[in-house]
Amino acid sequence: MSLLEITDLQVGFDTEDGLVQAVRNISLTLDEGEILALCGESGCGKSVTAMSVPRLLPPGTTRLSGSIRLDGRELTTLPESEMRKVRGKTVSVVFQEPMTSLNPSFTVGYQIAEVLRRHEGLSRQAAAKRAVELLELVGIPAPARRVKEYPHQLSGGMRQRVMIAIAVACSPRVLIADEPTTALDVTIQAGVLDVFRDLRDRLGTAIILITHDLGVVADIADRAVVMYAGRAVEQAPVAELFARPRHPYTLGLMNALPSAAVNGRLAEIPGMVPSPLSDPDQCAFSDRCPYAQADCRASRPPLERQGAGHLAACFHPGGQS
Amino acid sequence: MTEVGQAGAGPKAAPAEVSRRARLWRRFRRRPMPMAGLVLVVAFVLLALVGPLVTGDPAAQDYLATLAPPSGAHPMGTDDLGRDAFARIAHGAQVSLQAGVLSTLLAMAVGIPIGLVAGFYRRWLDPIVMRLVDVTLAFPFLVFAVGLAAIIGPSLKGVVLALGFSQLPAVIRITRGEVLAVREMDYVAAAIADGAGDGHIIFRYVLPNCASPLIVQATVAIPAAIIGESTLSFLGLGVQPPTPSWGVMLTTAQQYLSDAPWLAIWPGLMIALATLGFNLLGDGLRDVLDPRSHR
Repeated sequence: MSLLEITDLQVGFDTEDGLVQAVRNISLTLDEGEILALCGESGCGKSVTAMSVPRLLPPGTTRLSGSIRLDGRELTTLPESEMRKVRGKTVSVVFQEPMTSLNPSFTVGYQIAEVLRRHEGLSRQAAAKRAVELLELVGIPAPARRVKEYPHQLSGGMRQRVMIAIAVACSPRVLIADEPTTALDVTIQAGVLDVFRDLRDRLGTAIILITHDLGVVADIADRAVVMYAGRAVEQAPVAELFARPRHPYTLGLMNALPSAAVNGRLAEIPGMVPSPLSDPDQCAFSDRCPYAQADCRASRPPLERQGAGHLAACFHPGGQS
Repeated sequence: MTEVGQAGAGPKAAPAEVSRRARLWRRFRRRPMPMAGLVLVVAFVLLALVGPLVTGDPAAQDYLATLAPPSGAHPMGTDDLGRDAFARIAHGAQVSLQAGVLSTLLAMAVGIPIGLVAGFYRRWLDPIVMRLVDVTLAFPFLVFAVGLAAIIGPSLKGVVLALGFSQLPAVIRITRGEVLAVREMDYVAAAIADGAGDGHIIFRYVLPNCASPLIVQATVAIPAAIIGESTLSFLGLGVQPPTPSWGVMLTTAQQYLSDAPWLAIWPGLMIALATLGFNLLGDGLRDVLDPRSHR
């Protein structure tokens, strides 16, 4: 049994224009110590999928169905009071914006200690001591001095490390990192990714990494799920995905990557993402796909096995007819 | 390893702790007008706290010197009953300080929780509270306070309650507005993701980050209440004679404006200076506490 099993997850939001279906029939699993990348462009549903696990979607307007099991325990029907004990302890989140995700009114040490006191019942002193160790764990120099500083005294990269320290304070089973490196410059990015790798190796934390940066995926992830218009279109171990991308959308993403060898205009995927308001029974990518044929518009391709652990939802994987 | 780190950081820890406050103070100190305000406010508070101990009984009458001009024995002169004006100014400062601070505290103590709950939970409570606030704000401040003071009865308690409740709508509105902005901040979302409960989020995340405009509001509310107290007392709806109050002194003084103008000048000057002091202080605090002016 996997650590986390998401089965047939559907998430929609009530809006003035009607129900917007953000995630459609996603199923995925996550093993202990595994780093799973959720990738795709903005609005493809990758964040919504991940945020459904700790139930961090707006409670009034979210319409969710399907099953999310963590260690065999169903999370979607858990009472809110129980869910609060899961958040920050078993499932933690690192957000995208390190500059604004810390409380400006308290020292970073206090904010780390706060989580420990809440979930682990540590005393003020024990939590403060542990906060120093955690800052050291995430690679902040002079942690004993830094714990006494306020967020505005730290750089973006350091704040992101503090966020990670808070997230891993209670040794969570699952860590969700929502574009954790997007707001950072490249050298800091590499350092933050090292911190994640280190945590996985030391604590066995499973990580869901939400990103649109395929470079990050190649660098750190074990497995990747490529999403498009709310559905998983391809899923494979990372080495396999980069060696043999099967879905034309994945292919398009990879062709759009800048390369040192190629000059001139970057390749792009023509067209626009379809509206989440309608969902005709066809391949959602068919309008933009260079290999699309009549069958792609006649019915929706199911996820099919393409190799060991490799699934793709395409009638013409890799462009074959 | 950790021992070495902590030993090394020990002496440095203290400055890091106070650095935020120290930096705010440094920024504040450089500005002349807020500093002048601070000096006026401190002088006013000292007058209210220490003055009555020095000056003696404000009701003691000197029948040989009624309506006497300022002199060595009576530095501010005496009134129609031969009472020392300086003693009455000092005791009046106490009344003004009480009216200003207590009514502001009352407004904050009641208004902040209401604003927090309305702004944080919204739902049905928010529109009801805000419409009530709108209705109350539609009344002119003074008319509202006069009405309340008339209902509660003329006394310092009545003044404090009337002024406190007339400040209430502004406090609720400011708190709620700040809460609406702060609850959307990333750190609140992060706190939810860390498993924090509502109470914790409200008191550790929302309230501390709403504090700056409320502190500034207090420096506006206190002088407004000082003027309010004087006005109500002047109109006979506030503190009753023989208790000295700047407003009561003005009432008396207007009958002797040509014979003993100093009786009107002292309390008028005191009201103006105390109000000016708080306003200058408030302007300075607003500049210093405004996050947009940081660095």
